[in-house]
Amino acid sequence: MYDFAYHKPGSVADAVKLLTADPEARPISGGQTLLPALKHRLNRPTALVDLSGIAELKGIRKEGDTLTIGALARHVDVAESAEVTSAIPALARMAANIGDIQVRNRGTIGGSVANNDPAADYPAAVLGLGATIVTDRRRIAADDFFQGMFTTALEPGELLVAIEFPIPEKAGYAKMRNPASRYVMTGAFVARLRSGEVRVAINGAGPCVFRQAEMEKALSANWSPEAVANIRQSPEGLNSDIHGSAEYRAHLVTVMAKRAVAEAG
Amino acid sequence: MNVVVPFEGIGASVRRKEDPRFLSGRGQYTDDIVRPNQAYACILRSPHAHAAIRGIDTAAAKAMPGVLAVFTGADMAGIGGLPCGWQIHSKDGSPMAEPKHPVLAEGKVRHVGDPVAVVVAETRAQARDAAEAIVVDYEVLPAAATMEAALAPGAPAIHEGAPGNICYDWHLGDKAATDAAFAAAHKVVSFETSNNRLVPNAMEPRAAIGDYDTATGEYTLWTTSQNPHVIRLLMGAFVLQIPEAKLRVIAPDVGGGFGSKIFHYAEEAIVTWAAGRLGRPVKWTADRTESFMSDAHGRDHVTKAELALDKDGKFLALRVSTLANMGAYLSTFAPSVPTYLYATLLAGCYTTPAIYAEVKAVFTNTVPVDAYRGAGRPEATFLLERLVDIAAAEMGMDRIEIRRRNFIPPDAFPYQTPVALQYDSGNYHATLDAALQAADWAGFEARRAEAARRGRLRGIGCSTYIEACGIAPSAVVGSLGARAGLYEVGTIRVHPTGSVTVLTGAHSHGQGHETTFAQLVADQLGVPLAQVEVVHGDTARVPFGMGTYGSRSLAVGGSAMVKAMDKIIAKGKRIAAHLMEASVEDVEFDRGTFRVAGTDKTKSLAEIALAAYVPHNYPIEELEPGLEETAFYDPKNFTYPGGCHIAEVEIDPETGQVQVVNFTAVDDVGRVINPMIVEGQVQGGVAQGVGQALLEQAVYDAEGQLLSGSMMDYCLPRAEDLPPVGVATHTTLCTHNPLGVKGCGEVGAIGSPPAVINAVVDALRDYGVRHIEMPATPQRIWSIIHAKRPAAAE
Ligand SMILES: Cc1cc2nc3c(=O)[nH]c(=O)nc-3n(C[C@H](O)[C@H](O)[C@H](O)COP(=O)(O)OP(=O)(O)OC[C@H]3O[C@@H](n4cnc5c(N)ncnc54)[C@H](O)[C@@H]3O)c2cc1C
Repeated sequence: MYDFAYHKPGSVADAVKLLTADPEARPISGGQTLLPALKHRLNRPTALVDLSGIAELKGIRKEGDTLTIGALARHVDVAESAEVTSAIPALARMAANIGDIQVRNRGTIGGSVANNDPAADYPAAVLGLGATIVTDRRRIAADDFFQGMFTTALEPGELLVAIEFPIPEKAGYAKMRNPASRYVMTGAFVARLRSGEVRVAINGAGPCVFRQAEMEKALSANWSPEAVANIRQSPEGLNSDIHGSAEYRAHLVTVMAKRAVAEAG
Repeated sequence: MNVVVPFEGIGASVRRKEDPRFLSGRGQYTDDIVRPNQAYACILRSPHAHAAIRGIDTAAAKAMPGVLAVFTGADMAGIGGLPCGWQIHSKDGSPMAEPKHPVLAEGKVRHVGDPVAVVVAETRAQARDAAEAIVVDYEVLPAAATMEAALAPGAPAIHEGAPGNICYDWHLGDKAATDAAFAAAHKVVSFETSNNRLVPNAMEPRAAIGDYDTATGEYTLWTTSQNPHVIRLLMGAFVLQIPEAKLRVIAPDVGGGFGSKIFHYAEEAIVTWAAGRLGRPVKWTADRTESFMSDAHGRDHVTKAELALDKDGKFLALRVSTLANMGAYLSTFAPSVPTYLYATLLAGCYTTPAIYAEVKAVFTNTVPVDAYRGAGRPEATFLLERLVDIAAAEMGMDRIEIRRRNFIPPDAFPYQTPVALQYDSGNYHATLDAALQAADWAGFEARRAEAARRGRLRGIGCSTYIEACGIAPSAVVGSLGARAGLYEVGTIRVHPTGSVTVLTGAHSHGQGHETTFAQLVADQLGVPLAQVEVVHGDTARVPFGMGTYGSRSLAVGGSAMVKAMDKIIAKGKRIAAHLMEASVEDVEFDRGTFRVAGTDKTKSLAEIALAAYVPHNYPIEELEPGLEETAFYDPKNFTYPGGCHIAEVEIDPETGQVQVVNFTAVDDVGRVINPMIVEGQVQGGVAQGVGQALLEQAVYDAEGQLLSGSMMDYCLPRAEDLPPVGVATHTTLCTHNPLGVKGCGEVGAIGSPPAVINAVVDALRDYGVRHIEMPATPQRIWSIIHAKRPAAAE
């Protein structure tokens, strides 16, 4: 780890001020991604802006058809929240299966979504539910937010404040873990929204979470595991590494989608 | 009043004496030790697998804050290379190629992670900052990252003096007899397999502190070692030329080794030498990334094996040809692993009369490969037990029946194999029977059918293995090329009031010696367990011993203790005879009490000890005062644990994921001192064996970059990957050591991999699968399932 300055602001406005004043400063939430990167000297920020003291970033609320989760909600908070468990049980289950217990006790939804690791869990739920990302300055639709590997619509210095999830009619998630890292090798989040819209988001398989249009169409017509069981994902552009070829991941897309629909009921 | 004294002697599952300190964070590992005025070393390592060093510019690094010194290979030019402890001779009688293994690179780097320079600074962070400021001018050379690449025509030459990148081309057994048996065979079954390269990953990374006392000229090295005396000998005599009397090596608490901490590593020499140069203690601690690229790796064979059978399924002959990866340099015991710890095991527990094995050892641009839990024996067991299953399938025979037909019968011991070893004892039918029973082998088909209803493919597999450990008779290994003796030392120090300190040359780094050895001594001397302390891991406290590896600590080190206790008892009898005015022949000793036979005249060990140290009424003319004895024990043979492991797996055919759902181990480890510790050792070994079978694989790309260089990509087994492992023992005593013990440290890692793969192949029996390589990853299984339609499916 290289030396850095440390700030602990008490408000979003102060945090944004610090981040805007110093383009080399980085926000830190749970540190479960950023700290290992710092320890490996892969990152050299001048300053860390610790968000953990900002009350505006905390809390989980249900209002009407919307579940709002503050950026600082830890994975364990989401997993154990009565609101999440009743409104979007698939999201609570997802949170309960991220990483290990230490990671869940520190890692946050805001950090995970801002980071947009292709093998992370939450981006699939955010995209699969068509959630809205609320920042210190605007609202961004999930479809516009995830832009590529570790890349999002967030501007430098822009803070993710909360995520608004529409409460769906049903939703399900299934993943196959990378045997070594236990991050996602391939996962599928499926949802049928109250508007009638059906969404399928695939994570782990490609460089960035993406929607599977063919499956969405099939499920719109017939919400059942069988509807997706024979839809083949093209391996083109998918990730390939020592754990799984693009072909294997493409195959898993179908398997996981089928299982996610079964889980959604 | 009834005082219940819990039984704590041989055979009792006594809780580990060391655990209170480990579980409460009060262990003292090398990195916990802070010497006054300690400085920190950071090693700059090669990012290239193969490159010439055109120049190293350390000026900027030397000017960085806190930097005390920067050293390169040029500074250490007068220093010896890291020595190799075993010399193999090729078929043609020529000695193996033994290129210099410089402590810091000299002109060339040969693997990613090869040490190039060292920075010593006031803090760890400053040392690391400065290491980044060193500028090395590399001329990158083509790399040979695999054995195939290293053996290809026109392959890059890794060392001068190792033409064709061959270290040796060795053989064992009777080629003519083997070829003749093949020519006459009813059937020949053959297959090719690799034994996957593994990264040991002890929980505690390696660390070392060098210290130099400018007043006395004495050096001290604290290091994460399994054998501090061996390190003192190798480093003192061959690398740094420090006389033993001026060099103390301490291996304090060590958090796991699995073989990887046997070897003498460059960092130990670097910190010791740097401490002398700077007059300050110098500490180095590996981070996990460094461990991956600098700890010796394990296994890495490519083998072709053929088995000749008669029409009844009797094995007639075995022919094996193996390529063994040495990595870029010869690690301390590397040459012995694919030869005398491997080919000598190819008889397994079978009566195969003719065996011929050829082994070619190959240099590659990878981390050196050396002994890792099992060392050679897992490789032999895997190919043999896979071959036996394949043979059964191709002969249309039952997998169990073919084994029974070929077992060395229980009344055939001692049994001379055609590959040098003579087994002293064993009962392979008994361990097989017990395992079949415990695993409910007979009820398997019902479980398979039930799993099929859940959409799972279930399979069962067994391995009946033998191994050779308790290494080793010094004269025998000397004749085979070992440059060391392999005896062990034990000192029993009975204190004036009867408590006992045991000094042992064995080293405990997870094995629980402080408990087992104390139990052994408490049992034999009749002293309460709490009054026995075991001291190990310090060359200044313990006489010259050889350390812990090859499941030798109890069989060799425990035997040394028994011999030392025999001397204590003999001397105690003479003292007791004097005190009780009896003749020595009439004095008996039993569990702490000396008695004049047939009388009620007794003296306790404590009374005898007091008399020995306060010799007022004492046969001082004939007997020295004191009650302390040392014995060196050189074993007469290896010991031969064996047994049967049975794995049951379920495969998710859609993802290819394998789950081990049942595992049964029935091992013959000889006499058991502490059943709980044996169970733990077997379970830990099985965890590593399941890891090898299903999860672990060190992968290099064509340029020699280690792709599986962290836990993100190198898959160690986790709790959820393992079922509860049922462990039982069936004992036949070792006939040549005083305790009848054989060893239990490696059996789990040796017996389990083929059991798991045999089960996976069985699960896929409808897909016409003949063999699956390790690790049987989801992707590998999926590819097989999707390449083939089930043969049995209509
Ligand atoms: C061993 C291990 C296993 C893991 N396994 C999984 C897994 O299976 N699935 C999975 O999804 N994840 C996994 N993770 C990652 C974990 O979920 C992280 O918690 C998460 O990715 C990042 O959240 P964080 O709060 O720790 O963010 P941090 O590490 O603090 O930050 C991550 C990045 O986001 C930025 N950032 C943080 N908060 C904000 C904000 N409010 N606005 C804008 N930018 C912000 C930071 O600057 C940084 O660039 C694992 C991590 C570890 C260490």
